[in-house]
Amino acid sequence: MLSALEWEALSLSLKVACVAVGVSLIPGFAAAWWLARRDFRGKALVDGLLHLPLVLPPVVVGYLLLITFGRNGAIGQWLAKIDIVLPFTWQGAAVAAAVMAFPLMVRAMRLSLEAIDPGLEAAARTLGANPLRVLLTVTLPLSLPGILAGGTLAFARALSEFGATITFAANIPGETRTLPLALYTLIQTPGQENAAARLCAIAVVIAMISLLASEWLARRARMRMEGRDA
Amino acid sequence: MLDFHLNRLQGTFQLDATLKVPARGVTALFGRSGSGKTSILRLIAGLERLDHGHLRLAGECLAGGEDNVFVPAHRRQLGVVFQEPRLFPHYTVRGNLCYGMPRALTPGKRQENRNRLHEMVALLGIEDLLARMPGQLSGGEARRVAIGRALLSRPRMLLLDEPLTGLDGARKQELLQYISRLAREIEIPILFVSHDTRELFAVADRLALVDNGRITASGEIGDMLSRLDLAPQTGRYEAGSLLSAEVLSHDDDWQLTRLGLGAGLSLQLARLAMPVGRRVRLRLRARDISIALKTPEHTSLRNVLPAVIHEIETERGHASAELVLGIAGQRVRARVDRLVCQELGLKVGLGIKALISSVALSGPDVISLDASADAPEPSSGSAAQAVSNTASDSSTDSSLAAKPSAPDTKNR
Repeated sequence: MLSALEWEALSLSLKVACVAVGVSLIPGFAAAWWLARRDFRGKALVDGLLHLPLVLPPVVVGYLLLITFGRNGAIGQWLAKIDIVLPFTWQGAAVAAAVMAFPLMVRAMRLSLEAIDPGLEAAARTLGANPLRVLLTVTLPLSLPGILAGGTLAFARALSEFGATITFAANIPGETRTLPLALYTLIQTPGQENAAARLCAIAVVIAMISLLASEWLARRARMRMEGRDA
Repeated sequence: MLDFHLNRLQGTFQLDATLKVPARGVTALFGRSGSGKTSILRLIAGLERLDHGHLRLAGECLAGGEDNVFVPAHRRQLGVVFQEPRLFPHYTVRGNLCYGMPRALTPGKRQENRNRLHEMVALLGIEDLLARMPGQLSGGEARRVAIGRALLSRPRMLLLDEPLTGLDGARKQELLQYISRLAREIEIPILFVSHDTRELFAVADRLALVDNGRITASGEIGDMLSRLDLAPQTGRYEAGSLLSAEVLSHDDDWQLTRLGLGAGLSLQLARLAMPVGRRVRLRLRARDISIALKTPEHTSLRNVLPAVIHEIETERGHASAELVLGIAGQRVRARVDRLVCQELGLKVGLGIKALISSVALSGPDVISLDASADAPEPSSGSAAQAVSNTASDSSTDSSLAAKPSAPDTKNR
C-alpha cells in the first residue's frame, strides 16, 4: 500500500516523534511542576526561555542547536568525546523535535497541575504519605489528563517539525528525512505531485489518529476519576 | 498531651499562641474568622513552619524547641479533617479510607486492618458507600468519610478544622452528635476549630479563645461560657450556659420530657427522643431566662427554679445586665434589663426564682453525652445523682435555693 519511500519517511517520523516525546516527558513534568508549584526569583525569565521555541522562527532554533551541539559547540564537543553525535543524525532530528515541542507539553501539564487542589496533597501528607507517595498517588494521577494532552500535542508538534530539523539535522534520506521533509523534497521535484499528495494524505491521517487517541485517553482518565464506567 | 507555643509572622499577621491541651477530650479553638485558628492548626499539622516556639505532643518535640526540629507532616501521625472534605477524587470511598492506614505486610496485620476498616465503616454508617467515588457523595457523607479516613490513619491526635461548614441544619446536628459520641469513644485528644457557638456547646469539653493570633483565655467550657469578662469574645447575643442534666421521665400524653438538673430540681421541655436515664448537656441561652423574686402564679412558664445570684455585671450604655446564677449547683447565665435589676433590687447572694420557658428549649439544645444508654460515664457530676421523678414540682422547695455552686460539678 505504501511505497518504500513513504514507509521510510513515515517510520522515521514516528520514531523521531516517539523518542522526542519519550525523552521530554519526565523533564517536561518536572518543569511544569516547578513552574506550577514553586515561586522563585527569575520565574518569569525561566518561563520565557521555555516558551522561546514557540515564538522563535524554527530555523533560528535549529541554528542555535547547531551552535550548541555541533562538533565544536559548547555541549557538542563534550558529547563527541563519548561518541555521541547529534547534528545530521536521526537522534539530532529527535532533539530538534523535542525542543520545539517542549513548551507545548509543559504548558498543558502545568495547566493540569495548577488545577489540582494543593489541599489534596496536604491531606495526603497528613495521612502519612511521604513526598514520593504523594507524587505517585495524588499528583500524577490527578494530572494524568494534562500529561496525556501535553504528550499528544508534543507528539503532533514533533511529527510536523520542519525548520529546526532541516537546519540542525539536514535532509538525509533514511536518516533525517522525516515526513514533512520528504514532502518538501517531493514538492521541489517536478512531476512528483501525486506522490506529494499521497504523503499529504498520510500526514492528515496520522494527525487525526493521534488527536482522536488523545481525546479517548483523556476521556477515559476523566471518567475513571469521576467513577463512571470507562 | 499537646503543649505549644507557636510564633509565626504571616505577612503582617503575627501569630503568637500558647496552649496546653490535655490528653483526653475535645478542646475547641474558638474565635472570629481571621483570628488565626486555622493557622494554629496548620502549624500543628506540620503544613507550615514556625518562626519560634515549640510544639510537643506527649513529650515528643514535633517542631521548634531548643534544637529547632521540624518533623514533616507525614511523620507526625496527626489526623486532620479540613474545612473541605478533601477526598481524593480518583479513589473510591474505600480507597480513601484505606489511604492512611498502616501498611500491612503480614496476613495478621492485613486482617487487623480489615477489622478496623469494618468497625470504622459501621461507626460512621457508610457501609453502602464503600464502592462509590467521592464525586457521588453528599456533603455530609463526604465529611464522614473524611473523618473516618483521618481516624484510620491511627492518629495520635485529631485536628478538626470547622468540619461542619456548609452543611445544612439536620446534617450538621447529626454530625455534631456523631463527633461528640466519637470524642467519648476514642482515646485520643481532639482539637476542634470553630467560630460557631452552637457547635461548641455540642462537642467541646474545653474552650480556648483565639483573638488576633493569640490565645486569650482557655478553660473548662462551662466555666468559660459563664465568665462574664469573656462575653465580648464568646458572643453576647448567643450567650448562654451548659448544664448537666439527665432524662428523668417522658409524658407521652402531653409530649413532654422532664430533665433532672440535680439537687432535686428539674426542667420540662418538649418530648425528647432519648431514653430515661440518658445523661445530657443542656444549653440554656441567657436571654431565655427570666427572673422573679417569688414563684409567680397563673403563668405559662412551667419551669420555675430556685436560684441564687453569684455575679451581676451592668454596663452603662447597655440596656441589659448580665447575671450569673447558681441553679442546682451549676452556673447559669441570665440576662435582664438593667432597669429591672435596679427595680427588683437584685444583688449578689440574693435567692430568686429563675423562669425558663419550656418552648425556648428545643431538641438541638440537648446533646446526649452517653455513647450508648448503658455505657457508664467515668466522671459523675451533680446530674448523675439527680433525684427521682417525685421532685417534679421542685420550684416550691425553696430550701434548695441557697446551694452553693461548686465549679467542679459540671459533667463532661
